[in-house]
Amino acid sequence: MRIQVRMALFFLCFACLPGSDWNRFRGPDGMGVAADEEVLLEWNEETNIAWKAELPGQGISGPIVIGDQVVVTSCSGYQQGRLHVICFNARTGKKRWERQFWATGRTMTHPRTTTAAATPSSDGRRIFAHFSTNDMVCLDLEGNLLWLRGFLLEYPNASGSLGLASSPIVVGQTLVTQIETDSQSVGLGLDVNTGQTRWAVDRPQKNNWTSPVVLRGGAEHPDLVVMQSADGLKAYQAMTGDEVWNFSEACKNIPSSAVSGNMIYVPCKGLTALRYEPGSDFPELLWQEERLGPSTPTPLSYADKVYSLNGSILNCADANTGHLDWRVRLKGNFTSSPVVAGGHLYCFNEEGVGQVIELGEKGRLVATNTLGEGIMCSPAIANGALYVRSFSHLWKIAQE
Amino acid sequence: MCRASFDTVNGPLLNTLFESLITGTPAGYTLWTGRGSPVWSRRRLGFDVQWLQGSEASLLRNGDYRTMKALLFSWLRSGFLLCFLSFACNPPIFSQTNDIQQWIAILREVGPGAQGNVEASRAWQLLANSGAEALPTILAGLNDCSPLAANWLGTVVDAIAEKEVTRTGTLPVRSLEQFVLNTRHDSRARRRAFEWLTQVDQEAADRIIPQMLNDPGVEFRRDAVGRLLTEAEVLFRDDARRNESTALYRKALGGARHDDQIKTIAERLRELGQEVDLPRHFGFLMTWKLIAPFDNSNGKGFFVAYPPEKQIQPNASYEGKTGTIQWVDHNTDDDYGMVDLNQLFGKLKGVVGYASTEFTSEVQQEVQLRLGCKNAWKLWLNGKLLFERAEYHQGTRIDQYSLPALMLPGRNTVLVKLCQNEMDATWTAQWQFQLRVCDASGTAILSTTRAHLQAAVRSSQPADSVATGSK
Repeated sequence: MRIQVRMALFFLCFACLPGSDWNRFRGPDGMGVAADEEVLLEWNEETNIAWKAELPGQGISGPIVIGDQVVVTSCSGYQQGRLHVICFNARTGKKRWERQFWATGRTMTHPRTTTAAATPSSDGRRIFAHFSTNDMVCLDLEGNLLWLRGFLLEYPNASGSLGLASSPIVVGQTLVTQIETDSQSVGLGLDVNTGQTRWAVDRPQKNNWTSPVVLRGGAEHPDLVVMQSADGLKAYQAMTGDEVWNFSEACKNIPSSAVSGNMIYVPCKGLTALRYEPGSDFPELLWQEERLGPSTPTPLSYADKVYSLNGSILNCADANTGHLDWRVRLKGNFTSSPVVAGGHLYCFNEEGVGQVIELGEKGRLVATNTLGEGIMCSPAIANGALYVRSFSHLWKIAQE
Repeated sequence: MCRASFDTVNGPLLNTLFESLITGTPAGYTLWTGRGSPVWSRRRLGFDVQWLQGSEASLLRNGDYRTMKALLFSWLRSGFLLCFLSFACNPPIFSQTNDIQQWIAILREVGPGAQGNVEASRAWQLLANSGAEALPTILAGLNDCSPLAANWLGTVVDAIAEKEVTRTGTLPVRSLEQFVLNTRHDSRARRRAFEWLTQVDQEAADRIIPQMLNDPGVEFRRDAVGRLLTEAEVLFRDDARRNESTALYRKALGGARHDDQIKTIAERLRELGQEVDLPRHFGFLMTWKLIAPFDNSNGKGFFVAYPPEKQIQPNASYEGKTGTIQWVDHNTDDDYGMVDLNQLFGKLKGVVGYASTEFTSEVQQEVQLRLGCKNAWKLWLNGKLLFERAEYHQGTRIDQYSLPALMLPGRNTVLVKLCQNEMDATWTAQWQFQLRVCDASGTAILSTTRAHLQAAVRSSQPADSVATGSK
């Protein structure tokens, strides 16, 4: 009897285990890939929508998924001064909790963006949300406030009238955020437990909306966090902020770099591929290809290929050589970065049209799906569902 | 005794003991007791496995029941000891009435740079377990608190109210409404109370908003103005009653503080043949003395203290970028107080200009100087630099920057430095700014010599009659 109970508990534990979390901008390690997930190819406003939840105000930040919770940020009010973090039950779409903050910093942004532009991140226990007003808040999964910072109170010119959009990332016990504007810039590593500054590094005084990425050091070397800017690509030790290397060629300031294993694909001279061996002093330059340069969306690497969106053109190239394999013209303009699941690439244009491309020798557009609302966020994939945020709704695309 | 208790205690009781006594923190194990849930965890076992250290975590993951019991016992024993010490050292924490005030005080003490975050997090979770009857007390904690503290307190209000609404479907509506109507309280707190109140009382907004036209809280005003505009619009679209809308629009204008509403009202009033003095409504400074161009090649002029920054001498001449330059009088006619230097000096690039004016105040008063500008700028009041910003051509809007300042009784000198860069794109041509003086709600504060200054410039009187004194 006791053995039976233990066996039952054992299997119950496995049954309750959640699938992979989509815990930050572009998912685990910022790769934009959920290779083992199978996501629907077709949907519209009424079909294959498991649920749709109304959001307060507006926003272009992407959702994240932690276990059975979906978290998204939003902003509302006159001049976007109210900042929201909202948590939904991933299964039902029912709101679990919502926390609202008053902006402590400037709220002005370009009309195409909002004060809720950065995608939050999570370490599985906590949620970190950064707003264009330079407010950073940390909540636990139950919505309890653990800490907050108002960076403009410490860096009074670290705001841009076009708005900020860099998404923070968690590396070990450090939350890394990049705040870069024409008037004041800083890169920060914060203690995830308390919000206290572990380190602060000077960053180029130039507008920059890219998000940091992490290079894993493995068992023997520290993880590195890599920050991109118009002055180049710099790698810092995530725990200390010590600079490790500097690739000093000008990079773009909107699309972020993409990491896949020990490869980094950088929006620089079109697209630049670097290979980094943990512990080495400098990454190796593998190739540069002007034709692969992305516009706003971040590139993506999957199964030895690299993909970039420039305008409405989707490029596919050999990840090791940069050789252009194929191109497909999609419909519309893209701010949202593409994601991969089940051998398909999902691209949402600004009109909210989700285009699904079957990946292979040639890219083949297999489905064009509409939601009837504009989309500028990057989607999340978890537990066989695609989560996407339009201007005023959060959608779960999955079988009902 | 402890051993006997542990061995005989049943599961639920053990859990209850742990829930009320023991929690772990990342910094070690800290005992907190209090009414209801512990500080750090509300899980059934009373601790968070992820906070366990090394071998302890490993043991628990392996599911070693005996070891787990032994561990729990050792915690229980040390828990009682810590409990005793905690009582002995800090008895006030257990007095619930005082606790709420203490926890609020802890939240109010947070500051920039994560100052007070750890203590605030504990206090927040304790407060969050308060009943809904504590809401007015917590909301009152927002009075005169810092922006960071406001967010700690505002979110704990959300947490309590959310829990209560989920549990009971209601909130203490009478006390919340009393709080909303008491204008001595912080406007943000009153608004938060109002928003929760309207979730459980569908008629509250109809009851409250119409009396909020002149409320200190701009969001209340906005709602009240919105209702008036809806009424006025109906009349305006009715040819037979169009003129009746004038009074409503006038009334709405009196309460309006947000630009989008003011713009709508002004358009309608002008269509109705009414005069609207928008600069006066906003409090824009319209009368200036300007001098330009000084050199700003490669953006270096932003950092150079040209003579006007040292002393304002209305009759002085200086060597500028293109020759000898002098102060000139300027009175803008723009509805939004825009001072366009291109209009006076030509479309120059790589230049610096200065604008100076005076503001006469009858009393010493706290004000906000609100600037809109897409050039790099510096702003001084009475010779004191309030703020500077080296950002070029990234957009502008009314109230882009709000700078708290202290107006002194008598004449106050305002000086703006306006830098134009050398970009040649058409969208970089603007070299202009708008500046207004108002209170925290956006209500205009006017110089007592406003009319005199404007008249003086319009009638082209000698420069020294409108000159600002140097201080």
